[in-house]
Amino acid sequence: MTVLWTDALVYLLLLTTIGLAFYLHDKEHIQRPLNKIRASKVGMVSLVVLLFFLVVGLLDSVHFKASQEKANEVISLLDYFATPLREHNEKTYSAPFATTLYSKEIVEQNGVIHWDYPRLVHGGNHLKYPGKEQLTDILIKGLTGFLIGVVIFVFPLIPIIDVRDYIINFVSNQNDIVPIVKPPTEYNKPVLMTLFLILTISSTLGYLSLYYHVLGTDKVGEDVFYQAIKSIRTGLVIGTLTTLIMLPLAIIFGILAGFFQGWVDDVIQYIYTTLNSIPGVLLIAASILMVQVYMNSHEADFTSAIVRADMRLLFLCLILGVTSWTGLCRLLRAETLKLREMEYVQAAQALGVKRAAILLRHILPNVMHIVLISVVLDFSSLVLAEAVLSYINIGVDAATYSWGNMINGARLEMAREPIVWWSLSAAFVFMFALVLAANLFADVVQDAFDPRSMGERN
Amino acid sequence: MAEPLLSVEQLSVIFNRQHKVVDDISFVIYPGETFALVGESGSGKSITALSILRLLPNTANLDAKSIQLHGEDLLKLSDLDMCKIRGRRIGLIFQDPMSSLNPVMTIGEQITEAIHVHHPLPKSETQQRVLELLQQVELPDPQQKIKDYPHQLSGGQRQRVMIAIALASKPDLLIADEPTTSLDVTIQAQILALLKNLQQQTGMALWLISHDLALVSSIADRVAVMQEGKVVETASAVELFTHAKHPYTQRLLRALPSMQSCLQNQAEERPTLLQINDFYCHYPIRKGLFKRIVGYVKAVDGVSFEIQQGKTLALVGESGCGKTTLGKSLLNLIPNHFGSVIIDGIALNGLDGELLRKQRANMQIIFQDPFSSMNPRMLVNDIIAEGLKALHPEISVQDRKERVLSLLQQVGLPEFAALRYPHEFSGGQRQRICIARALAVMPKLIVCDEPTSALDVSVQAQIIQLLKNLQQEQGISYLFITHDLAVVAEIADDVAVMWQGKIIEQGSVEQVLFNPQHDYTKKLISAVPVKSHGN
Repeated sequence: MTVLWTDALVYLLLLTTIGLAFYLHDKEHIQRPLNKIRASKVGMVSLVVLLFFLVVGLLDSVHFKASQEKANEVISLLDYFATPLREHNEKTYSAPFATTLYSKEIVEQNGVIHWDYPRLVHGGNHLKYPGKEQLTDILIKGLTGFLIGVVIFVFPLIPIIDVRDYIINFVSNQNDIVPIVKPPTEYNKPVLMTLFLILTISSTLGYLSLYYHVLGTDKVGEDVFYQAIKSIRTGLVIGTLTTLIMLPLAIIFGILAGFFQGWVDDVIQYIYTTLNSIPGVLLIAASILMVQVYMNSHEADFTSAIVRADMRLLFLCLILGVTSWTGLCRLLRAETLKLREMEYVQAAQALGVKRAAILLRHILPNVMHIVLISVVLDFSSLVLAEAVLSYINIGVDAATYSWGNMINGARLEMAREPIVWWSLSAAFVFMFALVLAANLFADVVQDAFDPRSMGERN
Repeated sequence: MAEPLLSVEQLSVIFNRQHKVVDDISFVIYPGETFALVGESGSGKSITALSILRLLPNTANLDAKSIQLHGEDLLKLSDLDMCKIRGRRIGLIFQDPMSSLNPVMTIGEQITEAIHVHHPLPKSETQQRVLELLQQVELPDPQQKIKDYPHQLSGGQRQRVMIAIALASKPDLLIADEPTTSLDVTIQAQILALLKNLQQQTGMALWLISHDLALVSSIADRVAVMQEGKVVETASAVELFTHAKHPYTQRLLRALPSMQSCLQNQAEERPTLLQINDFYCHYPIRKGLFKRIVGYVKAVDGVSFEIQQGKTLALVGESGCGKTTLGKSLLNLIPNHFGSVIIDGIALNGLDGELLRKQRANMQIIFQDPFSSMNPRMLVNDIIAEGLKALHPEISVQDRKERVLSLLQQVGLPEFAALRYPHEFSGGQRQRICIARALAVMPKLIVCDEPTSALDVSVQAQIIQLLKNLQQEQGISYLFITHDLAVVAEIADDVAVMWQGKIIEQGSVEQVLFNPQHDYTKKLISAVPVKSHGN
């Protein structure tokens, strides 16, 4: 197993989250808002979607060497599962579900040379007469994939459901035997529905992609579906790691400046106004180039392409984090200025509570709603920023799969005639699903953890 | 009696289809009379007024048999016609004159706007009319004030401008929703006198909405008392204040603090607990690039007094006189103060850091606003236990829990309150939690900064009773900061009157309230609204 830098950070983040959840699981006042989240349909549905993205991202974060011979090729668990997808490369563009390339070429058939759409190497190559069989084949394969999804969905339930009871119940037509599994309640119905949809859709697409390119192929003939899935990790890493770097800076500086005022405030304000007055793009470009130079001069340490790409991703997160904390810091400073005059802070002072405790107990929890909102907004804008930076070649490595790179590539594809729309659409749909789910979930979390909104809704 | 001006029959207002805020009420207002609708907060009195003007929020549903103004049914009017009623025939004044005026328009412009909406006049006449209105509301120096912005006026002057705007269209009915609640007691008296005066000049009807029975008694002709959405009693003012029939009205009247209540106090010498000598609190005014100090705001300017153990000193004064600053700087909550503070033999000045923190237990504070004085994200248990945790870390978790429960019991709250959040309680209950928080560290002195002025009369009486009981049981002293002289009579042993940062009169309650020496004290006492009927 090979652990890349970003992998390590992702594991660390995951462990911290689990640890935090374990620490809080018996705290009564945390349980109450959590129950509220559980009761919220929107919250649970978006959580399921987020978890799905997370699982894909995690699978993609477990790296190992592909084989003994090829020491330099590091692949992830996701790559391993998606081997057919990964290796089914075509020559160039092909449309979703197509059996031929997107443009005409000189084809040699039975010794005759003519100008036609050449057949794809992998997409639909099991068909003899693509024109006739294609549609029925897609439907049959799609249905098979759907059924596999249904089985995967039902399978974990089988050991829990006592089938015998159901059969007896059914045969004797008695209603007094209570099934062990409770029927879906109002709350978990939408969750099961979402889970069902996600499983069936992904297994349908997964099964189909063994035979076709469900989202087409890109300029060099790579499967777009595979690219879109691989980009999930990049999006999550940029969104979470950058936030992780930005949050401590913003929270600590913002609260300290607002609470202590005086020279502390002056110093912190100078720091962030200075940082703000340097164009962010230049700073990012400079540090990315620095990393590039460093890697070139230490080539021995960065043997494989994936390690180099990962280093660049990590530094991108780092520098994005360092340049983007000022906005939140300013907001938090202003809010703290307001909060420190609140009477409960004065009451705590009168009770002899130490300043550190006041900051932690009275100020921090009361600015958390701002933190939460801006984190979610930043998450989406960071995914977008990545796209912009890729455009001027200082974003993630060109070899890294990312929605930004896909959108960047689509610049030329949109200008083509006939237009190549699938790369952009795929990136858009995946990004949209992730950002929307994150936004909706954050909304619900914020409502649930604000005691003042309790009882007003639900 | 004459034809009624406004008659309301069987009015109900329901919020979100479930909460009945106004419940089947009927009343009439006759031309030229002063009608007062009195009730505690949440009784639905403001909603009643808004529903008649059709200004309710969207979540509210209105149901009424009829609402008639001069025999015209307001329920049948279209929204457009309703606009012509609002402001033109029914004027409205709100509680807070600051937020009711547009801060970026001069008051002249705002009054002009009000005139033009209803009766467009040529420019010269408009100017004339604005001046006339400002003279009518007795705003000093109207020629000059026309060009002023709202922030340049005092609270009382702003309320006068609001009244001028309401009068611009010569309404038949003026609704005044708590017109004096946010004003000082002397200004309050002036505004009331003005309203009464204007009513006599113009012959309009005045509908006064208030929580303050004493204030109403001095001005109203007829009074309706509201409780939980229902009108429980309607009677002429004289009758209501002499022979209240409904038990709720009787209870409200009994809860009214009265100046006479201090007469049974007996003086008894006790050892001194807190001694303050030559206490100053000067804020530096800084200007320029290097923040040079160019002068000082003298919030507290050389104050000396002492409080005896188990006694209450009331600090009385109008807003801006420095009484709150004094209270907070005694506890070292605000900087820039100097002077000697000796509590229980320990001098506090010069202490800081850890030494000061150790002395915190001696003095505690209760704030005016029970809503902002507790962290909304902490459980009541944690709020009360916070001081114990900070000052007595040696107490075990179990003991601390028990102590919190016993404190809750002392302030009259149930045990399950410990696991609730502050927002789940009413204003009075919150104030009880604040008292429990202060008591937790066993203070010798509690600074009460207007602890009852955000509360209803009956709740106010309960809180004062609670404070008195605690004083008797535990021998705590209070520094009771208030603007309400009637409350002073209920609770205090001694009174100090503050004016512009200085204490101008000091003595026992009886002496100050019934034999004031200083002119300012005399003015304050004469401005207190007292029940003008009965007793």
